[in-house]
Amino acid sequence: MLKVKNLKVSYGQIEAIKDVSFEVPAGKIVTLIGANGAGKTTTLRALSGLEKASGGSIVFKGQDITGREAHGLVGLGISHVPEGRKIFPTLTVRENLELAGWTVADKKEVRRRMDEVFAMFPRVKERASQLGGTLSGGEQQMLAVGRAIVTGGELLLLDEPSMGLAPVLVDEIFEKIVEINKRGTTVLLVEQNAAEALEIADFAYVLEVGYTTISGPAKEIAADPRVREAYLGV
Amino acid sequence: MGSIVNTQQIINGLQVGSIYALIALGYTMVYGIVRLINFAHGDFFMLGAYAAYAAFYLFNTWFAKGSGILAFIVLLASMAAGGGVALLSNRFAYKPLRYKPKLSSLITAIGVSMFLEYFFSALPAIGPSFRAFPTVLPKRQIPIGQATISNYVVIDLAVAAILMIGLTLLVKKSSLGKAMRAVSQDKDAARLMGIDVEKVIGWTFLIGGAFAGAAGLLSGMTYPRIFPYMGIQPGLKAFIAAVLGGIGNIPGAVLGAYIMGLAETFASAYNSLLGEGIAFAILIVVLLVRPRGILGEKIADKI
Repeated sequence: MLKVKNLKVSYGQIEAIKDVSFEVPAGKIVTLIGANGAGKTTTLRALSGLEKASGGSIVFKGQDITGREAHGLVGLGISHVPEGRKIFPTLTVRENLELAGWTVADKKEVRRRMDEVFAMFPRVKERASQLGGTLSGGEQQMLAVGRAIVTGGELLLLDEPSMGLAPVLVDEIFEKIVEINKRGTTVLLVEQNAAEALEIADFAYVLEVGYTTISGPAKEIAADPRVREAYLGV
Repeated sequence: MGSIVNTQQIINGLQVGSIYALIALGYTMVYGIVRLINFAHGDFFMLGAYAAYAAFYLFNTWFAKGSGILAFIVLLASMAAGGGVALLSNRFAYKPLRYKPKLSSLITAIGVSMFLEYFFSALPAIGPSFRAFPTVLPKRQIPIGQATISNYVVIDLAVAAILMIGLTLLVKKSSLGKAMRAVSQDKDAARLMGIDVEKVIGWTFLIGGAFAGAAGLLSGMTYPRIFPYMGIQPGLKAFIAAVLGGIGNIPGAVLGAYIMGLAETFASAYNSLLGEGIAFAILIVVLLVRPRGILGEKIADKI
């Protein structure tokens, strides 16, 4: 579904992504693990069009999307739950979800997807008329994932969904990710919480200072001694 | 105080306030969405007045003078000119600098303002001198108790009220309004919802400029004298009104504008020089006491 080849991204003089290549097959969960500053977030931002690639190519569903604008890629089927959730704090929860249906012409379909979100996250439903900014961190994360469901992409990019959450909530969020995947959405998951990520993923890539270094089926990666030492703390 | 604060003065203050409110809304909307103080905003007001003037003489042979249709066409022309030039200034001056340091856009805004003022002074068809603004609608006096109000007061207040109610509905209810609020909060997140951020910013400039243009028409009708630098003073005062109300806050801009209009009218009734200066005194006090303004944003933001 997604093929990234020799991707490069720079911020001014600084090359944050030097050479990143990976593939995300349709229907699977792929995870990118790596330390802080390895370039995980930048990679996702380049995929969804928030950053411009300075080299390499991104092919989505057979189409070269390198350099395309973010708002156009949403309609093409890429949903990105960004780092820090980025919900709209002074819009209500319901308005947050409605906006996620911006590119969907059929507003009935938006309603249907919103109901799906409410069914998946009853807490979000309870808070539907509250302002986004009044939600707790976990609820904001659920809302952020909910928005991506309304957006309706075939490829879901998740940036650190477990960040700052209590362990119970982390488990819940990961359960939901698996559930969303089972409904047919392909997932690319970026995580510092490598143990949890490797548990639900089919394939994994390790990102180190702007390069993809180790890759393979998630089970093998989880057993790789280098990964175990550096990222799993075993 | 009785001679300074009376019904007549309150009416005058509300009339001035209505014009300030229409200008202040554009300032505050543009600031809200791109964090730019658009110093050229007062010039959209001037362009609105000139477009109204041109439209009046262009169409007054086809429609009866003083007819409502002519007045409506003149209003549309003023809004189209204000909004259109605001849109162009965004496209050619501000957009290329969008993600550059804020100071660049701010200085550019001053440049755009000076360009519009001097360019239109230099155009032979406009010229630097005063022009008498035509009587778009016949003037009448309506007695109310001890005071009399001109029908122009009613027109100014009504046009401002209709536009402001329309804007409130647009921002609160329409999907464009929701998108505008989203873009003002987080552009990246808005992009990820599939919103074309530049388009939404364009709409904001267009609407803000159109409101300033309409204010130009109202001002031309009320104080029937127009010139290329007419936007500087009201622009500055509307900016202060927006700061007073809380820049970026739409109801705040309206509130600030009416407070400014009333304060200025009362002060002028006491001493006309004081009336000119009160706006700046208000600005200094606001910046010292409550820099975020009366209704300044208190964002419920969790990090």
